[in-house]
Amino acid sequence: MNAPSTGTAAPPLLDVRGLQKYFPITRGLRQRVVAQVRAVDGVDFTISEGETLGLVGESGCGKTTASRCILRAIDPTGGAIVYRTRDGRTVDLAALSPAALRPLRAEIQMIFQDPFSSLNPRMTLLDNVGEPLLVNGMKNRRERAERVAELLRLVGLRPEFMHRFPHAFSGGQRQRIGIARALATSPRLVVADEPVSALDVSVQAQVLNLLLELQSRLKLTFLFVAHDLSVVRHICDRIAVMYVGQLVELAPTDAIFGRPQHPYTAALMRAVPVPDPRVRSSDGILGGEVPSPAAPPSGCYFHPRCRHAQERCRVEAPALREIAPDHMTRCHRAGEVAF
Amino acid sequence: MTPLLSVRDLRVSFALDEGLVRAVDGTSFDVMPGQVLGVVGESGCGKSVTMRAILQLIERPGRITSGEIRFRRRDGDNAVDIARLPPRGPEMRDIRGGEIALIPQEPMAAFSPVHTVGDQVIEAILLHGHRWQEGGRRLRRAEARDITVGLFRDVGISMPEQRIDAFSWQLSGGLRQRAMIAMALSCKPRLLIADEPTTAIDVTTQAQVLALLRDLQARYNTAIIFITHDLGVIAQMASYVVVMYLGRVMEQGPVDDIFHNPRHPYTKALLRSIPSLHGATRVALPVISGALPHPFNRPPGCPFHPRCPDAMARCAAAIPSLQPVAAHQLASCFLHHDQAEPA
Amino acid sequence: MTTLDAGTVAEDRVAVASNWRLVWWRFRRHHLAMLSAVLLIGLYVVVLMPDFFATQDPERTDARQAFIPVQMVHLFDDGKLAPWVPAIAGKRNPVTLRMEWTTDKQRKVPIRFFAPGHRWRVLGLFETNLHLIAPADPTQRIFLLGSDRLGRDQWSRIMHGTQTSMTVGLVAVALSVILGVVLGGISGYVGGKTDQVIQRVIELLQSVPTIPIWLALSAALPRDWTPTEIFFAITVILSLVGWTTLGREVRGRFLALREEDFVLAARLAGCSQMRIILRHMVPTFLSHIIATSSLAIPVMIINETSLSFLGLGIRPPAISWGVLLQEAQNIQTLALAPWLLIPGLVVIVAVLAFNLVGDGLRDAADPYSQ
Repeated sequence: MNAPSTGTAAPPLLDVRGLQKYFPITRGLRQRVVAQVRAVDGVDFTISEGETLGLVGESGCGKTTASRCILRAIDPTGGAIVYRTRDGRTVDLAALSPAALRPLRAEIQMIFQDPFSSLNPRMTLLDNVGEPLLVNGMKNRRERAERVAELLRLVGLRPEFMHRFPHAFSGGQRQRIGIARALATSPRLVVADEPVSALDVSVQAQVLNLLLELQSRLKLTFLFVAHDLSVVRHICDRIAVMYVGQLVELAPTDAIFGRPQHPYTAALMRAVPVPDPRVRSSDGILGGEVPSPAAPPSGCYFHPRCRHAQERCRVEAPALREIAPDHMTRCHRAGEVAF
Repeated sequence: MTPLLSVRDLRVSFALDEGLVRAVDGTSFDVMPGQVLGVVGESGCGKSVTMRAILQLIERPGRITSGEIRFRRRDGDNAVDIARLPPRGPEMRDIRGGEIALIPQEPMAAFSPVHTVGDQVIEAILLHGHRWQEGGRRLRRAEARDITVGLFRDVGISMPEQRIDAFSWQLSGGLRQRAMIAMALSCKPRLLIADEPTTAIDVTTQAQVLALLRDLQARYNTAIIFITHDLGVIAQMASYVVVMYLGRVMEQGPVDDIFHNPRHPYTKALLRSIPSLHGATRVALPVISGALPHPFNRPPGCPFHPRCPDAMARCAAAIPSLQPVAAHQLASCFLHHDQAEPA
Repeated sequence: MTTLDAGTVAEDRVAVASNWRLVWWRFRRHHLAMLSAVLLIGLYVVVLMPDFFATQDPERTDARQAFIPVQMVHLFDDGKLAPWVPAIAGKRNPVTLRMEWTTDKQRKVPIRFFAPGHRWRVLGLFETNLHLIAPADPTQRIFLLGSDRLGRDQWSRIMHGTQTSMTVGLVAVALSVILGVVLGGISGYVGGKTDQVIQRVIELLQSVPTIPIWLALSAALPRDWTPTEIFFAITVILSLVGWTTLGREVRGRFLALREEDFVLAARLAGCSQMRIILRHMVPTFLSHIIATSSLAIPVMIINETSLSFLGLGIRPPAISWGVLLQEAQNIQTLALAPWLLIPGLVVIVAVLAFNLVGDGLRDAADPYSQ
């Protein structure tokens, strides 16, 4: 286990506490609020400097919403996002005004899923990658061009490409361009939202390798949002699994894959199709569907699909608890049964 | 055993303003009755275009330029060549939907939002009524509705009596894909083409749909062509695998040989480059260097040679043809044989 | 990167091509639209200096030369380049007492290109007497498209009418674009209550029948205004009613673009609101706005023509296509002088050309849509 244990060493780079994001459902002409969709409903986790935390779950589980809240692309409804800045201050990103937030933008950057829509097609690479530099004070065009050339080399593209437009590049190359832009301002925390899921298989590995290499070279901290467990396992130190807006399990990668302590995590792992025809099995396939976060089930949100569910699971909502060192789970029966 | 479908040297090209795109460039493979054939490849490999050619759904400016698609029909001993049939003719209409059905990637787009899913399946059953009713009597609507309820139950939709009166946008992604499968089964097809049927849905739902397809295949013994870019899905579903790259078949063979004894450098590299649930973590994965070439800019010779670790001088000069390299395995690679495509 | 190394010169050219160049490449492939664009450029040259194309003063009347038919231009005389038009011979019909004109091909009136004629001012700056076509003998009058009931030369009048009508179209659309982009932009970007108010106003404007609005507004114009003032008033009226479609379009684009990843990326980079709008959002839909506007110009031209035809728009002595068509209102004059319908033909050609160019632009506007 190379993941730094919380509490003993330096304080975490990012400390998310009770993060909430509700979307109101409105009706009628007067836009009366009739219900709340609890997209993110009380999420807690920390990320240490230099670590990669994987945020995993199926569509609608709130992982993307949570990551957008941390970036303040959307404003959270509640909770705190405590961030330790480069100069050692701790600030609550959730409480900052847009103006106070802007200088911090350079430290927290994002890599997008879709390499085609995330670059402005009307701007050259120089302008796309150089924009964060420009708005953060690098007004000299020559200086900017040098930095962009350096960034393009860093992500494995030729600096001569900087006068080309995004349409001249393939998906994998565009994703490298997007990474170069994210790195332009030398960020400390990078939120990667499904950065390889839109890429072809043969290109996926290139981008994963690049991310690993950049992390060790630039001492980056990653929040890696993804649905593909094999990718997450390959790149992350710790993994947080989300289900209907809540964290259900949070543990170091080896621990969670070695012995998952939540039945949903276990089912997710079993659902991944193994690229080996000799390992075929339909055992343990999860039935049913993900419930809507507007009307979640009673008790444990997972109980209608859980084969270990008991009466208690139907009534009482479990809390996130530490089942083993650094291993958190939200399950009444963790420790009793093996999933 | 005679093949149900036999594709020989199929070529499809698109005449765009920017130039000619050879989307499928000499593809050959067979589908045996009751077999699950997996077609795997990355974007631009021509897998979807090949399937649209089999259904004669190539739209202008695309065109089947040469090759054969021989399909053995239900009633005939002789195979018809689909590539020669007029796309809108009665015979093609009867084959499409009647004997070959398609499960599309995005079922939301395949269902009409203004009719209930049940009505759409009932319509399809009434259209192919003779396959459900012996003796020529026309099927009544109530009977078709009962069949639809049965189909919905078969594909694992709970409460089928209620669900057939739902609109497609009221169903979740998984249910919608199940309804689509019911629709495809409504004409009792002998060949089912599944075009990335689980790409748009989540892993746990994907596992359900894959299990369903496997179960239905065993029950009805329908032949399935399963197209995907996901090697894991192929390993789980297919009995025979075709690996495509830039419009050509690189390698084909039984699934176990493809995954445990691949011959073509592309297949080998592809299998090495995917992260697994068991290998070492946080280490560099072996990669295929370079990017997929732009379709207007096909490399000469073997399409894979610019990215191939084992490329030889000859690979840039001639296109290797698809030749047997083992008992049941074929590959187009000069490492294994000297046969080039005639220029 | 081997494939890019092997890239051809053509591919490199595409790689560094800006959005506008891609739009131009795609537009160039629409042959009909290209042809129409050339035609429109020609019409706007006429707008800049109608007197250069006119053969005489459009207001010059001569009751003795009413209803003269079209005089065709002939370029060659006896195989030599010597342009001429046939002379006109008039004879009074003893029964109807009407002048009846016949062209006499034997008597040729020689004409010259780039020859002196009546004096005019280039863009109101300096004086010249150069014309595209003029009779060799300046005392002669020629009627390339016939004359009207007051003996005015229709060709010269169409040239001047072109100036008015095409300018009304352009200016009215320019005003609509400004209104549409500003109000639609505010509506789409600010959202909330402001959006609601602007949308209701648009719906109100769209639901009121336009012809009565115009009638009321233009009837309210004081009679003692000069033709120029009326001209601008009409333009403003047209654009006040016409901005709504554009406003909707701009709002829709803003709403869609707010969700684009590259706009979010710009926000995360720390860009100001102003920079996001001006650098990322506006350039993205600018080509669409231009395409939509070029489709709106012909509508404005038709509107102006209809208003003037009804006598509610631009009024004589100002000349516009609609004013010219007023001459063709009378069935009797039509039977006698069918060439008075030629201004209608000009309207049709101009409107078609604008529509074709607009369609071509719309198809070319988004080069990334493939």
